[in-house]
Amino acid sequence: MANLKQLSEHEGFFTPGHRMCAGCVAPVVVRQVAMAAGDTPVVVANATGCLEVASTIFPYTAWRCSWIHNAFENTSATLSGVETAYRSLKKQGKIDKEVKFIAFGGDGGTYDIGLQSLSGAMERGHNIVYVCYDNGAYMNTGIQRSSATPQFADTTTSPAGKVIPGKVQWRKDLAAIMAAHNIPYVAQAAPSHFNDLIAKVQKALAVDGPAFINAMAPCPRGWRYDTREGIEMTRLAVETCYWPLYEVENGEWRLTYKPREKKPLVEWLKKQGRFRHLFTEANKPLLEEFQRRVDQEWEKLLKRCGEA
Amino acid sequence: MQERIALTGNEAMALAMKQINPDVVAAYPITPQTEIVQIFSNYVANGQVKTEFITVESEHSAMSATVGAAASGVRAMTATSSQGLALMWEVVYIAASNQLPIVMPVVNRALSGPINIHGDHSDTMGARDSGWIQIYSENTQEAYDNLIQAVRIAEHPGVLLPAMVMMDGFIISHAMENLKILSDQDVQKFIGEFKPHRPSLLDVDHPVTVGPLALYDYYMEFKRQQAAAMAGAKPVILQVAKEYAELTGRRYGLFDTYKLDDAELAIVVLSSTAGTARLVVDELREQGVKAGLLKLRVFRPFPHEELAAALGDRKAVAVLDRADSYSGFGGPLFTEVRAAMYDAKQRPPVVDYIYGLGGRDVNLDHIRKVYQDLAEIARTGAAVQTVNYLGVRE
Repeated sequence: MANLKQLSEHEGFFTPGHRMCAGCVAPVVVRQVAMAAGDTPVVVANATGCLEVASTIFPYTAWRCSWIHNAFENTSATLSGVETAYRSLKKQGKIDKEVKFIAFGGDGGTYDIGLQSLSGAMERGHNIVYVCYDNGAYMNTGIQRSSATPQFADTTTSPAGKVIPGKVQWRKDLAAIMAAHNIPYVAQAAPSHFNDLIAKVQKALAVDGPAFINAMAPCPRGWRYDTREGIEMTRLAVETCYWPLYEVENGEWRLTYKPREKKPLVEWLKKQGRFRHLFTEANKPLLEEFQRRVDQEWEKLLKRCGEA
Repeated sequence: MQERIALTGNEAMALAMKQINPDVVAAYPITPQTEIVQIFSNYVANGQVKTEFITVESEHSAMSATVGAAASGVRAMTATSSQGLALMWEVVYIAASNQLPIVMPVVNRALSGPINIHGDHSDTMGARDSGWIQIYSENTQEAYDNLIQAVRIAEHPGVLLPAMVMMDGFIISHAMENLKILSDQDVQKFIGEFKPHRPSLLDVDHPVTVGPLALYDYYMEFKRQQAAAMAGAKPVILQVAKEYAELTGRRYGLFDTYKLDDAELAIVVLSSTAGTARLVVDELREQGVKAGLLKLRVFRPFPHEELAAALGDRKAVAVLDRADSYSGFGGPLFTEVRAAMYDAKQRPPVVDYIYGLGGRDVNLDHIRKVYQDLAEIARTGAAVQTVNYLGVRE
C-alpha cells in the first residue's frame, strides 16, 4: 500500500475545478477511488446527482477519463452495456487494452430509484465496480430523505416537527443487500480511513465480476456541519460504529477496522444540525433508542464477521 | 439471390436481427414482442451470431444498456412493445439526444389501462416526439425490409439518430406470411461494417464525455442539432430505399400510394389496415368510384410537403388513426396530416376515424363506411363530423 504522499502525486481521473460545494466529501471519495485505480484506463458511469451535475457543466468536464451519464436510476444498466460492448470488441480482437468500469451514484440513485438496475447488473455478473457515495439524502434537490437517511434525521421531507421527530425509519442496509447477491466483493468504506478505502477499491477492481463499495460521503448542506469537518464526520461515524468498515469477499464477512474504543453515538450526532432536535430533554429517549439500535447492529455485524 | 419462405412477423424480425448480427443486444420479453427475444436468444445460444446478449431485468434497463453499448462504439439493438416502450420512455429520449444509431423493432400494442395485449399504435405514437425515426410496416415482408434499411438510415453520418421499426401486434407479429429474404452475406454487404462516427467511450486514449449537464446556455443548441438531423434523414431514407430496391426489386418511399393519382376520395392509413383498405379501393373502382389510398411508411420525419402534394387534389380525405391523442380533436396521425394539408394547393376536407384500439377488428364494412362518408363529404363539401370512432359501441 502506497502512502498518502505517493498517492497524491498521481493525477487520477478526477480533476480539481469541479463545482462541488466546499466541504463536500463526495469528490474526496472519487479522488481516492481514482488514486486506487492508478494508471488503469477506466470508463466511468455517473448517476444523476450532485457529482454528475457539478462535474460536467457543458462545455467543461472534470473527468480525465471516458464518462457517461444516462439518467438517474439506470447507471448500472448503462455501464452493463458499456462493459458488454467492451467484451464484444475484445472477443472480436478489435480492442486489446485492459479497461476497468466504475459507476458512481449517490444514495438516492443507488439505494432507491437505482436499486433495480443495480441488482440486475450484479445478478448478471458484469465486471464493474459500483461505488455509492452515501450522503444519506437527496441532497441535489434540497435535502429530501432517502432510504439511506439515518433515523431521526431532519430532512425537508422528513422534517423534525411537533409530532414526528425527523425520519421515522432506520436506514436500509444496502451493503448487506448487495452481499446477498453473492457477488465476489462488497465493502463499506469511509474516506477518513483512506488506506482502507483504497485497498478496498483495488480489491474491487481486481476481482473478475461485480463489486460494490458503499462509501460514506458527508454533505455540509444536508448534515449541517462546519465545512472543515467533512472527514471528521466520517471518522466519528466509524469510531461510533454507526458506519462500520467491513468487507464481504466471496461470502466471507470481515471487519477491516475495529475502533479501539467505541465512542458514544452522540459525539457524531451533536456535530450535525440535522440531529439538533434530539438534544432536548423530551427527546432523550430517542437518543437512547438510537444508541441501542447502533449497538444492536454492531453486535450483529461482529457475529457475521466471526468476532463475537 | 432471394429465398422465399413463410415466417411470422416476429420470426422475420428476429431473422433480420440475426442477419444484421449486432455486437450487443439488450432485451426484455414483452407480449407480443417476446418471440423476437426468444428466437434471438436461440441464435446466441447456438453461436449463429457474434452478439453479446444482455438479459436485462426491465425494458428501462434494456434501453439503458443499449445506450451504454452504442456510446461505446458498437452496433447495438433492442426490441419492445407497449408497456415496455412506455417504461423505456425516459431513456428513449436520451438515446436520441445522444444521437446514437440504435435500431429497435417495436411490435405495436395498446397501452394500459385497462390492460390489453392486442395491437394498436398508442405505444409508438406516445414516443413520436422522442427524436427517433419511425417506420411503420404493413406486413411481414415490410417489417423485414424496413429493419434492414433502418440500420443504414440510423447509422448514416448525416443522420445518426435511433430508429424504430413497427409492425402490428398479433395481426403481423403472429401471422404466418410468405416473404422473400436476403442471404446473410447480402444483408451484411448492404448494411456494411459498423464504424463509430463519433469518438466512443472505449477509445480510452481519447476520452469523451457523454451526457453532460447543459443548461439554458447550451441546451437549445443540442436540441436544434437533433431537429436538423431528423430533417436530414428524409433524403437518406429515400436513398437507402433506392439502393434496397436495386438489391431486392422491392421499392419503398416515405409513403406508398394506391390508385391515388386520379382519386377523388382518399384514405390515409398506417400498417396492416392498408391491406384491408386496398381491397375496398379495388371494389369501389369496379363500381366506378374514384377511391384511392395513401399508406404512410415514415411517420418521423413527417413527410408533410409530400403529403400535401399527394393529397391536395382530392375531394375528401379520411385519416385512419389506430390511437387516440385525447386532445379533443382526433388522433395523432389526423392532426399531423391535417396540419400538413394547410399547405396544399387545394385544401380538401380532412376527417378522422379512430379505429381498432386494443386490437378491435377492422373489417371491409368499416372501410366501406369511411368511403361512403367521404363521398357524401365530397358531394356537400363539408363533413358533418370531423372526428369519428369506427366500430365502437356508443
